[in-house]
Amino acid sequence: MKLIQRAVPLALIAGLGLTGCTSNAQPSSATGTEAGGPIAVSSTDTECTLTASETSSGTVTFNVKNDGTQVTEFYLIASDGNRIVGEVENIGPGLSRQLTVIAGPGSYTTQCKPGMVGDGITQDFTLTAGANGTVDANRVALQEDAVKQYQEFVAQEADALEAGTGEFAAAFAAGNVAEAKALYPAVRMHWERIEPVAESFGDLDPILDAREADLEEGQEFTGWHRVEKDLWVTDASYTKMTAAERQEIADGMVTNTKELVSRAKEIEFTVDALSNGSKGLLDEVATGKVTGEEEAFSHTDLWDFAANIEGAKTAFEDLKPLLKGTNDELSATLTKNFTELETLLAKYEKGDGYVLYTDLTEAQIQELSAAVDALGEPLSQLTSEVVK
Amino acid sequence: MAESTAGVGRRKILSALGVGGVGLAVGAGGVLSAQAVTAASQEEPAVADTVPFYGAHQAGITTAVQDRLHIAAFDVTTDSRDELIELLKEWTAAIASMTAGQEVGGDGAATEGSYEAPPEDTGEALDLSASHLTVTVGFGRSLFVDADGKARFGLKDHLPEALIELPHFSGDQLESSRSDGDIVVQACADDPQVAVHAVRNLVRLAFGTARVRWSQLGFGRTSSTSTSQVTPRNLFGFKDGTANPKSEDEAVMDEHVWVSGAAGGSAWMNEGTYMVTRRIRMTIETWDRSSLAEQETVIGRTKKTGAPLSGGEEFTEPNFELAGRRGPLIDENSHVALAHPSRNNGVRMLRRGFNDTDGSDNLGRLDAGLFFIAFVVDPRTHYVPMQTAMAKNDLLSEYLRHTGSGLFAIPAGVSEGQYVGQGLFEAA
Repeated sequence: MKLIQRAVPLALIAGLGLTGCTSNAQPSSATGTEAGGPIAVSSTDTECTLTASETSSGTVTFNVKNDGTQVTEFYLIASDGNRIVGEVENIGPGLSRQLTVIAGPGSYTTQCKPGMVGDGITQDFTLTAGANGTVDANRVALQEDAVKQYQEFVAQEADALEAGTGEFAAAFAAGNVAEAKALYPAVRMHWERIEPVAESFGDLDPILDAREADLEEGQEFTGWHRVEKDLWVTDASYTKMTAAERQEIADGMVTNTKELVSRAKEIEFTVDALSNGSKGLLDEVATGKVTGEEEAFSHTDLWDFAANIEGAKTAFEDLKPLLKGTNDELSATLTKNFTELETLLAKYEKGDGYVLYTDLTEAQIQELSAAVDALGEPLSQLTSEVVK
Repeated sequence: MAESTAGVGRRKILSALGVGGVGLAVGAGGVLSAQAVTAASQEEPAVADTVPFYGAHQAGITTAVQDRLHIAAFDVTTDSRDELIELLKEWTAAIASMTAGQEVGGDGAATEGSYEAPPEDTGEALDLSASHLTVTVGFGRSLFVDADGKARFGLKDHLPEALIELPHFSGDQLESSRSDGDIVVQACADDPQVAVHAVRNLVRLAFGTARVRWSQLGFGRTSSTSTSQVTPRNLFGFKDGTANPKSEDEAVMDEHVWVSGAAGGSAWMNEGTYMVTRRIRMTIETWDRSSLAEQETVIGRTKKTGAPLSGGEEFTEPNFELAGRRGPLIDENSHVALAHPSRNNGVRMLRRGFNDTDGSDNLGRLDAGLFFIAFVVDPRTHYVPMQTAMAKNDLLSEYLRHTGSGLFAIPAGVSEGQYVGQGLFEAA
């Protein structure tokens, strides 16, 4: 698990909106109106000034500067007056943000909204034919499809997690050590496949998945890793739980997992949440699994590793249609690097699972780590491509 | 010699003697006489590259932060109180020499000593200037009592209450070989070789009395302690220490840094302070893969100018109330929000940390981070509550791992003829 629970929900819940691409860029002094060149927007409390009212269609960039005293927003709205093609929000006074959209020829409206209320300051904007970039008219539909598919995947994994946790908790509470040990890494894979979702609940995640080092003084050690310790640690320095203690921990896992599953099914995703979640899973692998820190007692890190990768790949596959025609190269690179990592991981399959982390040699760990980095780097480019 | 040479470094002394490089200096067996120094002072205007060693407070705390660090913690290996005091005396003399840009010991590095004996000074700083070297010495809790609470060196009754054992913070992955220690020595300079030279010579003087427990090199100060300094950047590429208190603000130093009014057994701490050290590993690679939007959200400031996300410029006061589309523009768990005095009962700490890199780890990842150093009047009020909140909530914690930790009592400064920590040992 991550050291902190709140960063992912930021991406998931406070996501950037379905079609908006906000990225903060340095203030631009660009005044040119060359085809496709950035258009500078100055938003004051009373005015919204653009350096051009027309440019060619395709990839269009606006450098929006807040020259006013209130928080402002900038929108590009389609001719029907309803559909937001792109938006950038939360620009503090004096700050600049960039908006990049892919849009076809036609009539549009730009809108600055100082104070983030009311109808804002609007004017007409035209995109002429002569594209510098391909425009897929069905982009919005593709984005909706991706989100829907991923939502189904999350629901499916969440259900499996709830069922598996029940089974595991029962075995543990009953003192069936061998059965609990066998179930442990397999059931956890359902958690790890949707880890960014599970982690987005800052109240439940520590109860269910905190590692011992993550706790602060006085905080109770509960959940998966508490049980892991009890199942695997055998030396004299550790006192095994009593039957009553086991029951209490097991009950807590079941109750909290149930709550988590019901909440997970209610999350409304955006495409950037999918891509950020996918990248987040690779980060999980890079910081916790490939270093053997996650499963300190059971050493079943490779199960988590594999599940993280599966979750990341599912999100990527759902988003892949959005790269078609806009960034085929990134699509090909990611496809190839996912395959390479999966192939490498397959070498360590054993029975229904994987070899223990402690059975890996230093060279093998380094090889896995390099493959994770090789995938993680291009994966970090995915969000900016799919939100267009 | 000490007073009159202020501002004159080794390089100038040597060039005044007409000696070019190190090799020549050794060959010529040049004598650094007071006369030569005076001549140098007259020929060239002194460059202010020494920091006075003697004073009410130790140097290296409110001193404008130099760019390089070599910090070392020692475990005292002797049981003899006299030997410990003797070491502190030797160290004090050596520190006074080195910070003045001079060699350690009467015979120096390559001059008047026996040809058959190793030189007293190790010599690698010979042709370098004083580089604003400061050396700051402090005492860990373990110098006063051992792990079982048993007195050491008769100091137990003088253990200040504020010199606590730090609690385990959420996410701590501390390594004992990078934590704690009986004595700490912080050497800071503009030139890394000068800082390393200082620690190396002190280590040498300590053999048989104390041994190094851990040490760390740092480069690139990560905060400014003076209004004359621009705000530097940490290894995440963000300006760090924008809101750090500045040493020119004496009222803030008196309230938040310098101990006063300590009575009884810990009266020796007056004019001193407490130093918190934390070795913070940064997961550089995953940070570099996070979007600029996430990076800025985590920090609460823009990367380019350091302006708070609530608007304005670098030194504009953050507005934590200013609402955006989905909650405050500055996330309440951003680094800037959690570190701000308004969220910490108004307490402030004088941060004086450094970037650090120990090459790469076994996975080829940069073993890099921030060596956090802060000076506070009382760690119980000025560090523990803030770190507790940050370890738990700071969005930045996801990219950090605390691997080393230390807390040291920094005694007052010394005047000529005294040794560092004399107040403690004479009180005892």
